[in-house]
Amino acid sequence: MAGLDADAPLFAQVAERLAAEIADGGVAEGERVPSSNELAAYYRINPATAAKGINVLADEGLLEKRRGIGMFVASGARLLLLERRRNRFAERYVQPMVAEAERLGIAAGELIDMVRAASHAQDGLIQEGLAL
Amino acid sequence: MTAAISVAGLTRRYRGHRALDDVTVDVEAGSITGLLGRNGAGKTTLMRIVAGQEFASSGSVRVFGASPVENDQVLRRMIFIREDQAYPDVKVGHALRVASWLHPNWNGEVADRLLADFGLPESRAIKKLSRGMRSALGIVIGLAARAEVTMFDEPYAGLDAVARQVFYEWLLAEYVAHPRTLLLSTHLIDEAAGLLERVVVIAAGRVVLDAAADDLRGAATRVSGPALAVDEFTAGRPVWERRRLGSQESVVVAGPLARESSVRT
Repeated sequence: MAGLDADAPLFAQVAERLAAEIADGGVAEGERVPSSNELAAYYRINPATAAKGINVLADEGLLEKRRGIGMFVASGARLLLLERRRNRFAERYVQPMVAEAERLGIAAGELIDMVRAASHAQDGLIQEGLAL
Repeated sequence: MTAAISVAGLTRRYRGHRALDDVTVDVEAGSITGLLGRNGAGKTTLMRIVAGQEFASSGSVRVFGASPVENDQVLRRMIFIREDQAYPDVKVGHALRVASWLHPNWNGEVADRLLADFGLPESRAIKKLSRGMRSALGIVIGLAARAEVTMFDEPYAGLDAVARQVFYEWLLAEYVAHPRTLLLSTHLIDEAAGLLERVVVIAAGRVVLDAAADDLRGAATRVSGPALAVDEFTAGRPVWERRRLGSQESVVVAGPLARESSVRT
């Protein structure tokens, strides 16, 4: 179970990892994704579990099967995944951050300043990266 | 599902003690099933009876639809590697040759590559092998046999962590290359969990759990924090374990947490 969490269904984690890879552009649209056997060997999990993970994405229309060759990233998959992630952003990141800030007595204005500062720092890094 | 192994109402008594008590379980053909349980729970007895090496007091065992007892047609299609597998006083290479005669699907190349990966010399006398190396020999034979039903009873006594990873990798590779029904008993639940499609748990001779492995993940949740808050949060749930340290508490409760409660603070 290399790199997977023991407490959540493995097939769901496999699907999530593949989706993240597609969203981040690691596998481009039209490219082949690893087969269930390749995923099974990589994560050291049952091939049936890996296949179930792939099928989750296929059922959502993110992957398409080409008979005899394998599964490929469907066109439009990346945008769809990014949009889904964007919709969950507030719930996954903003709400826990605000809750922790409240616990620590950080006021909303202060929190916004911190986000701004972090954002500027990030911009700086990206600028530096471009200059290199 | 098609069952490769079908056990119904199986009971095995030893002088008044029930080693197996009304066990009913099917092992799906072409799956990897884990047989879990504490020492003495009856795992080995169950596997021995399925392998035709021991007899049922009552109940039935079918492998490929037929009784395995003295049934060459069934026995040549299966292999059972015992935890304390005994070998005659011969060299590793001889044991492999004999195994190759007994198993029609034997693959010599797989055996050679496994020997190399485990660092097991063919010319070594088996009685001179360490505990771990004897376990490795059992694994080589069990996998190279490519038997339609392959059973390993605690295959890794004495094997170190690296050798166990070699085993898991080969088990998966061989299962993919040559699909078969695998039944594996193990203590090392964490390590093997990802390989299993189905889990059968035996306690005191009875089957207490028979479920898809993925359905079991999240079947229990650990909640830790200030004791008062933990008690309030877990009230009304079956508690499997409770630990306390000062005002802090850590509790394992049955069931997954609802989505909203896992983000609630």
